[in-house]
Amino acid sequence: MSYFLARRLGGFLLTLLAVSVIVFAVMNVLPGDPALTILGIESTEDARAALRERLGLDAPLAQRYLDWVAGALRGDFGQSYSFGVPVSELISERLPLTLSLAASGMALTVLLALTLGIAAASRHGRVGDWAIMLFSQLGIAIPAFWLSMLLVLLFAVKLRWLPPGGFPGWGEPAAALKSLVLPTVALALVQSAVLARVTRSSALEVMRLDFVRTARASGLSRRRILWRHVLPNALIPVVTIVGLQFAGLVTGTIVIENVFYLPGLGRLLFQSIANRDLITVQALVMLFATIVVAANFLVDLAYLAIDPRLRSQKA
Amino acid sequence: MFSRSLSLTHLAGSAALVAFLAVPAAAETSVSLGLQQEPTTLDPTSDATAAIDGIVTHNVLESLTTVNEAGEVLPDLAESWEISDDGLTYTFRLVQGVTYHDGTGFDAEDVKFSFDRAMAEDSVNPTKSIFKPIASVMVIDPHTVEIKLSDKDAFFLFNLSRGDASIVAPESVEANKTAPVGTGPFRFDSWTRGDRLTLVKNPDYRAADSVAMDKVVFRFISDPAAASAALLAGELDAFPGFPAPEMLPQFEADPRFAVTVGSTEGEVILAMNNAKAPFDNIEVRRAVNLAIDRAAIIDGAMYGRATPIGSFYPPHGPAYVDLLDKYPHDPAKAREMFEAAGVAGTTMTLRVPPFPYATRSAEIIQAQLAEAGIDAKVENVEWGFWIDEIYKKQNYDMTIIAHTSPNDMGNFARGKSYFYGFEDPEFTALWDAISTETDPDKRNALLKQGQEFLTDAAVHGFLFQLPALGVYDARLQGYWTSAPVLYEPLADLSWAE
Repeated sequence: MSYFLARRLGGFLLTLLAVSVIVFAVMNVLPGDPALTILGIESTEDARAALRERLGLDAPLAQRYLDWVAGALRGDFGQSYSFGVPVSELISERLPLTLSLAASGMALTVLLALTLGIAAASRHGRVGDWAIMLFSQLGIAIPAFWLSMLLVLLFAVKLRWLPPGGFPGWGEPAAALKSLVLPTVALALVQSAVLARVTRSSALEVMRLDFVRTARASGLSRRRILWRHVLPNALIPVVTIVGLQFAGLVTGTIVIENVFYLPGLGRLLFQSIANRDLITVQALVMLFATIVVAANFLVDLAYLAIDPRLRSQKA
Repeated sequence: MFSRSLSLTHLAGSAALVAFLAVPAAAETSVSLGLQQEPTTLDPTSDATAAIDGIVTHNVLESLTTVNEAGEVLPDLAESWEISDDGLTYTFRLVQGVTYHDGTGFDAEDVKFSFDRAMAEDSVNPTKSIFKPIASVMVIDPHTVEIKLSDKDAFFLFNLSRGDASIVAPESVEANKTAPVGTGPFRFDSWTRGDRLTLVKNPDYRAADSVAMDKVVFRFISDPAAASAALLAGELDAFPGFPAPEMLPQFEADPRFAVTVGSTEGEVILAMNNAKAPFDNIEVRRAVNLAIDRAAIIDGAMYGRATPIGSFYPPHGPAYVDLLDKYPHDPAKAREMFEAAGVAGTTMTLRVPPFPYATRSAEIIQAQLAEAGIDAKVENVEWGFWIDEIYKKQNYDMTIIAHTSPNDMGNFARGKSYFYGFEDPEFTALWDAISTETDPDKRNALLKQGQEFLTDAAVHGFLFQLPALGVYDARLQGYWTSAPVLYEPLADLSWAE
């Protein structure tokens, strides 16, 4: 294993450890008593004490942290305070939707961004370039929830082509796909705006290089030069941004799921916070953090695949 | 010319598509209702979340009594009752031939089971206090139950209608948290957490012929903008308890919808910590009352859609007295009184929970107090913090909160340990008389005295009654516009021709 990879893997694991400590600490210094929230304000102190004991809230903090980490490693995140079912069950109920949304959002983001970025670069300085850059500037400036509302107003309220929100479940595949269209577009439009700019400038950079001039001189078609020679070489910075954006995309689903009332993890996070279901919040924050950290780690691995120079680096 | 004809074809095509997609689904026997809050469990006898009652109470689970929209008590699973002359023994005759949704029969044993369970030492019933007056529950025969009280209770029959007093069966009580089994007009069908809950008509219901809806779908949409889009897109037929008064004008202007502004049992108060300086001084509390301008608060915080209150009693109730003129808006006088009491120019906190009615009111009140020489610092706190610091530990100067329980003037008789920090033997005696007076006229007279007492003592700033805002498809009928209780029966819902 190269030094590069070992260092990155160590960093990955240490980050997860740090995140788990922080998440646990934050959840446990928050004011408010979960037992009081669960049992209601008219409950007796005896009943609350009994519940705290049942939830394991009376054990020492360090003990609880270790129990939590040990459980999490086995996939056991404890029992939800408010729903009364295992947190892992809540998560597995909702994970598929969030993953589908993140995956379709990512796919559309990459498709849009590469197409627009390369198109802009090949029209450098002309109207097409200017128009695409204007679009991406708008995309960067517009908050996702506002764009979502506009899309809903147009396609659901005015035209009635697509549902304004909700998710009927994969039992009805056509309706399920239909209900993912607007959330996917809302996610991807904002994300692809940034990525298109990166793709464009990276492509412009590559197009100034000698081998492109050579390829042009040897009579290759413009399209072939762009897609076969420019794009692959322009990808390194793009991959970095895609990795970072994946994190943004996953967290973006939290906003999008709430605007489109989709029963995914983001909605669960909102509900759990409102219900003071700290054990569920804790598991979800840890899960989101892991996804983000893992995405960064995968970016590093992707570098390794794309850039051979890193592979030969030694300590 | 080419491009023009092309766009015309397009236009015609999309017009046809729109027309096709816009045809409403066959909606004659089903209805979908939006709810802002999703419950986490479905048993109203073990959890206080209002959304549980909104879905389950009197739709799936029933009680001995029920109330109508005016708040009058009516028979339900008890078809009639007799009250002994001393007001302590209630004999209920139960409806015969009723079965639970799982096919098991309903009889007096279920009633005894339900009450004994709610009254038990380890009961987690959210409103255990309503069972406190009960001394014993006795089965006389399968269709007769006798309940003996230890003290007279004027609100007993009303309280029996609540979700907390639902009649459950020993066979199904454990399952009620996720799939409630009752005797009501609808049976639980399915629940997709985070998205929707479906009830279907109970064909064996004793009055099944009068129930028009075969299916009722609750959709959980917390965001007001999304709720409004779902209504406009035809995805929802109604949103009782619509969360955003500022969005109502667009529905009022749209003939597809009916907008209702009803009343609730929720008094919104500017609570002052009576146990702590400076609010242990009645003159300071009176000055606060003179400093606030209810009309401006209602305009700013509720977009004009609320009824001002001058004391702690709903304006739609039979014992209401108008005490709004007791403290007319008079900032100059308020300033004088603050100066006389030596509190002018001091800083105090106004800690508000995260509800729009509270946060919006707080900013306006802050400005009004500033005009009278008091610097109120608004602190927006999270709900868990509010319960802990303000409700439990009484660590606050002022707060804003709605009290949504019916008949809750007894809060002021709960002594200094309740978060009001208020105690007055005279009022406590008055409340004892109110809560044990079973003659409605006499009780109303006492309730009027109670209101006058609280206003005179300026215990809090009484702001406005929380409205029940609803947006309904104009063809829908049979729903309540006001909310005298936490539940709303769906059995009368129907579509107009």
